[in-house]
Amino acid sequence: MHHVMDNHEIHIGPIHVPLPIILYSNETGFVGPFSSSKLHDGQNFKGFVMEHEKIFFVGEGGIISHDAEGHIDAPKPLDLSITKTVFGMFLTMGLMLFVFVTAARGYKKRAMQAPKGLQAVVEPLIVFVRDEIAKPSIGKRYEKFLPYLLTIFFFIWIGNMLGLIPFIGGFNVTGNIAVAIVLALFTFIITSVNGNKDYWKHIYNTPGVPWWLKFPIPLMFFIEFLGFISKPVVLTLRLFANITAGHIIILSFVSLIFIFNDLFGAGGGYGVSILSVGFSIFMFAIEVLVAFLQAYVFTLLSALYFGSAVEEHDHAH
Amino acid sequence: MELLTILLDMANAYMGAGIGAGIAAIGAGIGIGKIGGSALESMARQPESTGDIRTNMIVAAALVEGAAFFGIIVCLLVVLLK
Repeated sequence: MHHVMDNHEIHIGPIHVPLPIILYSNETGFVGPFSSSKLHDGQNFKGFVMEHEKIFFVGEGGIISHDAEGHIDAPKPLDLSITKTVFGMFLTMGLMLFVFVTAARGYKKRAMQAPKGLQAVVEPLIVFVRDEIAKPSIGKRYEKFLPYLLTIFFFIWIGNMLGLIPFIGGFNVTGNIAVAIVLALFTFIITSVNGNKDYWKHIYNTPGVPWWLKFPIPLMFFIEFLGFISKPVVLTLRLFANITAGHIIILSFVSLIFIFNDLFGAGGGYGVSILSVGFSIFMFAIEVLVAFLQAYVFTLLSALYFGSAVEEHDHAH
Repeated sequence: MELLTILLDMANAYMGAGIGAGIAAIGAGIGIGKIGGSALESMARQPESTGDIRTNMIVAAALVEGAAFFGIIVCLLVVLLK
C-alpha cells in the first residue's frame, strides 16, 4: 500500500535511495535540501522528525508526544521535498524532452526526406492526436490548442506507464490526486480563457430556453453552472481513480503471494504464486491498455471542451 | 435506539463501503455492457463505420466508468478516513 502512496526515498529492491527533503516552516524558514536518510528511523534532524512519511517540527531535542489517535502532536512544516512522485514527474518530463527534442532535430536535419529513427516512432502518434482528437473536435482553430493537447497526452501516458514498473513500486505520478487535479485545472482554465461570447451565453442565458426557467429563480443557470464545475472534477476523478485502482489491484495480486506464504508456509506461497503471476500478467496487460486509454480520453475530452468553447454558432437555433 | 446504535457502529460502515463499491461495479458493468453490445450490433449492420463507432464507444465507456469510479472513491474514503 505504501508503494501507491508518496515516499521520501526510492526502494529499488533492497537498495534504498534517499531523496532530498526541502522544508519551509514559520520558525526556521527554508531548511535546505538534505538527504532523507538523516530523518530515517525517527531521528531528529534540526528539529524535524518523520513518522509514516509525514514530517513534524518538534525542536532540537524535543519530546515527541502523540495525541489520542496516535498521530504526533506537533506543527507540520510546508513539505516541498523532492519525493518519489515529484521525481517521477521529473523523469516523465526528462523523457518527453529527450524524445521530442531528438525528433525535432531529426526533422530539421532531414528536411525533405522520409523520417528515420525516433522521428518514425513519434510521427504516427502526433498525427493520431492531431487527426483523430484535435481536428474533429475543435475544427478550424485546432492549431492553437495542439501543443497543450499533445503535452498532456504524452505526459499522462508516460506517467501512467511509469507507475507500472515493478520492483520499485513504480512512480505513482498520475495516481496522485494532486497531479490529476492540476491537469484538470489546466484544461478548465484554458477552456474558460478561450471561451467566446457564445460559450458564456450558453451558461448564464441559454438561448432557446423559456424565460420562466431563468427569471425568478435562475434554475437554468444553476444547472449549467453545475455542469461547468463538474467537468474538471470528473476529469480529475476519472484519471486518478482509474490509475490508482489499477495499481492497487496489481499490488494486491502480488502481495497475495506473500500473504499466503505467511499463512500456509512455503508450499502455500509457491502454489499461489502460479495463480498470482498469471493474474498479475493479465492485469499488467490491462493496465498498459488503460494507460493509453486514459491519456486518450483525457485528451479527447479536453479537445471537446475547447471545441465547445471556441465554436461559432450560426444562430439558426 | 437499537437501530441507531447498530448504524453508528464502525464495523457496519466498513461493510457498507464494501457493498457500495460492489454496487458501483455492477452499475459500471451494466452500463458498459449495454454500450458495447449496441456498438457491436451497429458495427455488424454497417462494417464501414467500424472506426467511428469504436471511437464513440470508447468515449461513452470512459464517461460511464467515470461515474462508477466516483462511487468507488467514496467507499475508499469511508475505509481510509474512518
